[in-house]
Amino acid sequence: MEHLQELEYRSVYILREAYANFKNLGMLWSMGKDSTVLLWLARKAFFGHVPFPLIHIDTHYKIPEMITYRDRLVREMKLTMVIGSNDEALAEKRTFPDGAVDRLTCCKLLKTDALRRTLNGEGKRMVYNHETNRYEEEKNPEPFTGVIVGARADEEGSRSKERYFSPRDRQNEWDIAEQPPEFWNQYKTDFAPGTNVRIHPLLDWTELNIWEYILAENIPTVSLYYNHGDGKRYRSLGCYPCTFPVESTASTVQEIIDELSVGKFANIAERSGRAQDKDDGGGLETLRREGYM
Amino acid sequence: MAQNGMDLTKQQMHVVVVGHVDHGKSTIIGRLLADTNSLPKGKLEAVREKCRKGGKPFEYAFLIDALKDEQAQSITIDSARVFFQSEKRNYIIIDAPGHIEFIKNMVTGASHAEAAILVIDADEGVQENSRRHGYLLGMLGIKKIVVVVNKMDLVRYSEEVFKGIVEEYSRYLDGLGIQPMCYIPVSGREGDGVVKPSPNLAWYTGPSVLSALDLFEKEKPLSDLPLRLPVQDVYKFSNYGDNRRIVAGNIASGRIKAGDELVFYPSGKRTRVKTLESFNAPRITSRETGQTVGFTMVEQIYVNRGQIATRAKDAPPHVSSRMRASIFWLGKQPLVMGKDYILKLGTSHERVQVADIHKIIDASDYEAQNDRTQIDHHDVAEVTFKLAHPIAFDTSEKFPETSRFVLVDEFEIRGGGIVLEALPDEDSQIREDVYTRNLKWIPSLVTMSQRAEKYNQRSSIVVITGKRHCGRKILARKLERQLFEDGKLVYYLGIGSLLYGVNADLKRRGLASDWREHVRRFAEVAHLFMDAGIMLVVTAIELTQDDRDILETVIDKDMVHVVWVGEKVTTDIEYDLHLKDTKNPDEGVVLVKHLLQARGIIFKP
Repeated sequence: MEHLQELEYRSVYILREAYANFKNLGMLWSMGKDSTVLLWLARKAFFGHVPFPLIHIDTHYKIPEMITYRDRLVREMKLTMVIGSNDEALAEKRTFPDGAVDRLTCCKLLKTDALRRTLNGEGKRMVYNHETNRYEEEKNPEPFTGVIVGARADEEGSRSKERYFSPRDRQNEWDIAEQPPEFWNQYKTDFAPGTNVRIHPLLDWTELNIWEYILAENIPTVSLYYNHGDGKRYRSLGCYPCTFPVESTASTVQEIIDELSVGKFANIAERSGRAQDKDDGGGLETLRREGYM
Repeated sequence: MAQNGMDLTKQQMHVVVVGHVDHGKSTIIGRLLADTNSLPKGKLEAVREKCRKGGKPFEYAFLIDALKDEQAQSITIDSARVFFQSEKRNYIIIDAPGHIEFIKNMVTGASHAEAAILVIDADEGVQENSRRHGYLLGMLGIKKIVVVVNKMDLVRYSEEVFKGIVEEYSRYLDGLGIQPMCYIPVSGREGDGVVKPSPNLAWYTGPSVLSALDLFEKEKPLSDLPLRLPVQDVYKFSNYGDNRRIVAGNIASGRIKAGDELVFYPSGKRTRVKTLESFNAPRITSRETGQTVGFTMVEQIYVNRGQIATRAKDAPPHVSSRMRASIFWLGKQPLVMGKDYILKLGTSHERVQVADIHKIIDASDYEAQNDRTQIDHHDVAEVTFKLAHPIAFDTSEKFPETSRFVLVDEFEIRGGGIVLEALPDEDSQIREDVYTRNLKWIPSLVTMSQRAEKYNQRSSIVVITGKRHCGRKILARKLERQLFEDGKLVYYLGIGSLLYGVNADLKRRGLASDWREHVRRFAEVAHLFMDAGIMLVVTAIELTQDDRDILETVIDKDMVHVVWVGEKVTTDIEYDLHLKDTKNPDEGVVLVKHLLQARGIIFKP
């Protein structure tokens, strides 16, 4: 387990660097296993606390168990939870499930556009009120200057070109060729007004590492990841119209680890159940350049 | 994963492959993958077949591109980086090469590598980047280096050619103090000497590239060295109902345990570790190099990000605002003397200027040049830095972590380097005296934090300065009166008053030459007030940044608050509050009180 500890130390260091350097810092939490490990690492870094808001971009097409799980952890861990969504596109039914647009356009509208407007403060933000137990609209939202994201280098081609601290320009765009060098344990923590930085503490983690860590730390995860008797489980979570379960009988974390390391998934990509990836030629680079996670 | 099962229980080593363009880096990597059976089943045959169909000769270098394509199509669940394995361990090749801004990517990749393979073309011989990369490996602190002389087939496996290159290149590396483990003649294309010895190279009796890598031993952690803990942050999450004050960081060298006496630099303040803190883990009592740590302190001294903690019994780091360093510059705009940059070392972040350029080693021939006044794109140079404030650091021979720094220009990391030597600055002597004074101080049983709690205030000094007759003293007396009425322990001291008491000898000798000593003694007097828990209001004419530096060397930085009075600021001092005039001194008093409240020196009623 030594390699897991090394990964943990580096991620904790990066999280603390982010917290020390960015005044308006937030962390994307999709309730998936990666960003949940990230949430756990934040509690490691800050001795049980998560001293910045978690952000969820709600497409309103998420699998319901994910939302139940989100609000349970928000209450249990006393998290500051911020939710953003593209209300206009949803009201006008400009979505793939409504048959109005293709998958990629739907992703762009409900995720990328909603994310951009939530981060820059233009979009409506709903914040969980721990006293009333309800989501209430945030008054005078300020733009986030640093956003922590659970991207991993092994997920697909474009992510392996990422840096731990990756600047985005005013349009939220990502210039792959002009990335700052990162060496030793020094990162880009100085930034021009108007720009913002994506921070990737999980860049060195693999899918297997994530599950090993969930096992070692006993981290609570969504039940959708496990088989409940029908021979199916989700390997990757997203919107229900575009995310499909895989055939698997793994019903515990240990069984998932076995399946990934020596079993049936040892050679099959994690996101193979995600339809939009295939529509983007496999790379997701087009979506990601515009700010998709 | 893309490649045949990597045994995760095996030891791993990160390797970077560097060298001049077209000297065969990718071919060597391709060979290592193929000849160690580290490729996915059928991959080699598939690439051969593709070449045959396309009518172009097969090259081992194509294997890397093929693997990358596969990874881009996302069928990996393991590392996106290329790896190969020996009996002994897994080697992960860090993807350094890339055509645009190669040096930038190489530095990023190589700084995480433990070992390096440096490739030289036997036919072309030592080229510009062979030298440049060798130099950079040295600066990045990579000591495990194998030099591979490739394309031996093109020179008919000539021992003479090989020896010539070894002689030329080792002379060059010797000059830099770099000792590669060995020089290996190979042909990547033919496979000679990469994984197995070859009859074509019968005259060569040394190891193959793979066996040479296997001979490297993993670096031992630096736990036996003195403790170096760059402070990342100090946390108090009281709005989450948590009253622990936790100092956090990753240990660069040495070890730490509960009960250790610590000294923080540059301040020289001392305290003891009370508890080591963690989340969702059994209680820990000690941590060592490479690990992350958080701890609470027995005595609540002032600690902030950028300081380095060490154990009282360990050798201390250097503290200065001047240092001699070796640097590399990646910026397209040159690094020039007299311009402000940011230097980041450990967790410190400090303004810096190049005070002197000693030599620039030319990018193409690495001959020293001594007459240049700027450092260009991809230059390597030796310089003296002057920092705006002193920081704690080490020199590179013993402490890799706390002697490395990066240079930030216009918000971007554009250079980096290592500290060669600490140079004295003008406050070095004062600093030494303060460290000795802290060590020798006869302690009281009443602590600073107990005094602060009892008096409901934190020790602090408000320096009111400005031109003669600007109204300093009026403001100071009003402020003292107001704080006194508020129930604070406060005392007004004009710095000039010392000239007829503590500093009477300086006055007799004529002050001009002894001004710094006058300020130092004043600071030591102020230190007594601080230690006693009292607030001091001080007036002085036109104090400079130099004076503030002395004050902050002698007493805690966070205790010092400078107010400048007067329309125009006539010195270089960094002030915390600027009052244009004191026509309404009561208003000034309110503003100073706001400042002290904002900083938590006194509390809002």
